[in-house]
Amino acid sequence: MKKKEAPYIEKPNRPLAIYAVLFLAFLYIPVLLLPLFSFNDSIYIAFPIKGWTLSWYQEMFTNEPMFAALMNSIRVGIVASVFATFLGVFGAKAVTRYRMPGKEPIVAVIMAPLVIPGVILGVALLILVNAAGVDLSLYTVTLGHILICVPFSMATLMSRFEGFDKSMEEASADLGENTWWTFWRVTLPMVFPGILASLLLCFTVSFDEFILAYFLGGTDPTLPLFMWNQLRFPNRLPVVLSMGALILLISFFVVFFSQWLVRRDRS
Amino acid sequence: MSELTASEEEMTKATVRSGWRSKLRAIYHRSEGMRGYTLLSPTLVVMLFSMCVPFAMMAVFSFWTQTGYDFNFDRTFTLDNYTKLTERAVYADLLVRSLWISAFCTFATVIISYPMAYYVAFHVHSRKAVWIILMTLPFWTSYLLRVFTWKVILGYNGAINSGLIWLGVIDEPLEFLLYNPTAVVITLTHAWAAFAILPIYVSLEKIDRSLLEAATDLGDGPVARFFRITFPLSLPGVIAATLLIFVPTVGDYVTPALVGGPNGLMLANLIQAHFGVINNWPGGSALSIVMMTVVGIIALSYIAITRFLMRNIE
Repeated sequence: MKKKEAPYIEKPNRPLAIYAVLFLAFLYIPVLLLPLFSFNDSIYIAFPIKGWTLSWYQEMFTNEPMFAALMNSIRVGIVASVFATFLGVFGAKAVTRYRMPGKEPIVAVIMAPLVIPGVILGVALLILVNAAGVDLSLYTVTLGHILICVPFSMATLMSRFEGFDKSMEEASADLGENTWWTFWRVTLPMVFPGILASLLLCFTVSFDEFILAYFLGGTDPTLPLFMWNQLRFPNRLPVVLSMGALILLISFFVVFFSQWLVRRDRS
Repeated sequence: MSELTASEEEMTKATVRSGWRSKLRAIYHRSEGMRGYTLLSPTLVVMLFSMCVPFAMMAVFSFWTQTGYDFNFDRTFTLDNYTKLTERAVYADLLVRSLWISAFCTFATVIISYPMAYYVAFHVHSRKAVWIILMTLPFWTSYLLRVFTWKVILGYNGAINSGLIWLGVIDEPLEFLLYNPTAVVITLTHAWAAFAILPIYVSLEKIDRSLLEAATDLGDGPVARFFRITFPLSLPGVIAATLLIFVPTVGDYVTPALVGGPNGLMLANLIQAHFGVINNWPGGSALSIVMMTVVGIIALSYIAITRFLMRNIE
């Protein structure tokens, strides 16, 4: 807020502030129930809490298939986020740096996976993969994840590139650096926080993604797929809860950090 | 002698060619658009290929017939898959129900998110970034887990029922909480709130504050000021939010599967079943195409209508 605002706008609005708190409660309380019940010493998810225990967490860490699924998700997430960010850098740079005819429809096409229902995208890719004669595996899941991560990467990087001072690059070119060195020594350091944010965000998107993994996954499950399969067994529920709580915690930290990277010097 | 002419010829050819090349290069360098497209091309090619090809194949599939398990088809052209959709009422019913659930959830999400976006845009003066991150953070966490949370909360022996019994408010668990369309709407509203808040917040933040001062100076009270200035100017954000929520939620699969019960199932569940237990890929493709077409038509006419109305307001 650089502008001086009229005093009446600065007047605090008590009902609205209360609403904001209630809204955040609606947003967070349901999500925080998972970690709460993951410490409950009972296989039923119900109040009152019977007692506190860490046994579900112990069970989780000794569960081999779960650990394998976790590693699968991490591998898919790393590859998908690197590829998506790579594509996102090119796309975002082109869109923010150059005036191009027909830019808006093109950006809309790249952003489309954000709004295409997951099931439709999933079955369409399933058809493609089958027609190409490729077996379903973690590789096909990774391909699907790259596709849905690119829009997130583009959006993150575009907001970063928009504040980018073009004259810095021009100065570097005037001083005799070629395009690649300019990119390497001027552009990259300036956009690095955006790239890091994009990597983190894409990793979380891929790590948490379920529907595409459901359609494109082979015999090796990713973590969300593994959890989905566990949901059928009521006595496995507490372990799923503790795993969910852990995933929530990690996602919260990663996303908070990445959003902070993007927004810290913009508002 | 002949050797010399030959090399001379080559040289002239080369200069002509390089002349052409440098001319082309000059045009290329002068045109910003071309340079932009070159840089954009890897991303664009990958995205276009991985969206257009599967959807084109899906369209072709929808005119085939399943003959055996998995990937065996009769490839003669037929409209059977589409006529079947019109013959049996269950398809239309599911489509209409999906549209209603999503429309309702979109409306609810926008209504509850608007005041929140308004609060952050106009009444939060320090640490806005933290507020925005706080409001959007749950969105980034596992969708599956968030939906699952609502199953835990609304379930027969879930958090609400067990909590109320524990507190002595009720004796029997309430059965109407889970496995119905309302549960789907609540869950979706919770899950998609971030998609409503962000665009609305952005459009509110863009409003020139001097317009509000002017309205006040000219005698508008807070309510009149809101409806005459703030709300109309925030409409682009509201419209973007409705589309961003409506389009993907029509095809939501996880939420109806986990909390919807038999009466809360949506079209996406049927599509999934066609590629699973029903094992009719062409039928599933036809369903997908019909759903996308209907949603596309609704979205486009919505955009057209709002554009028309907004021009009239101006």
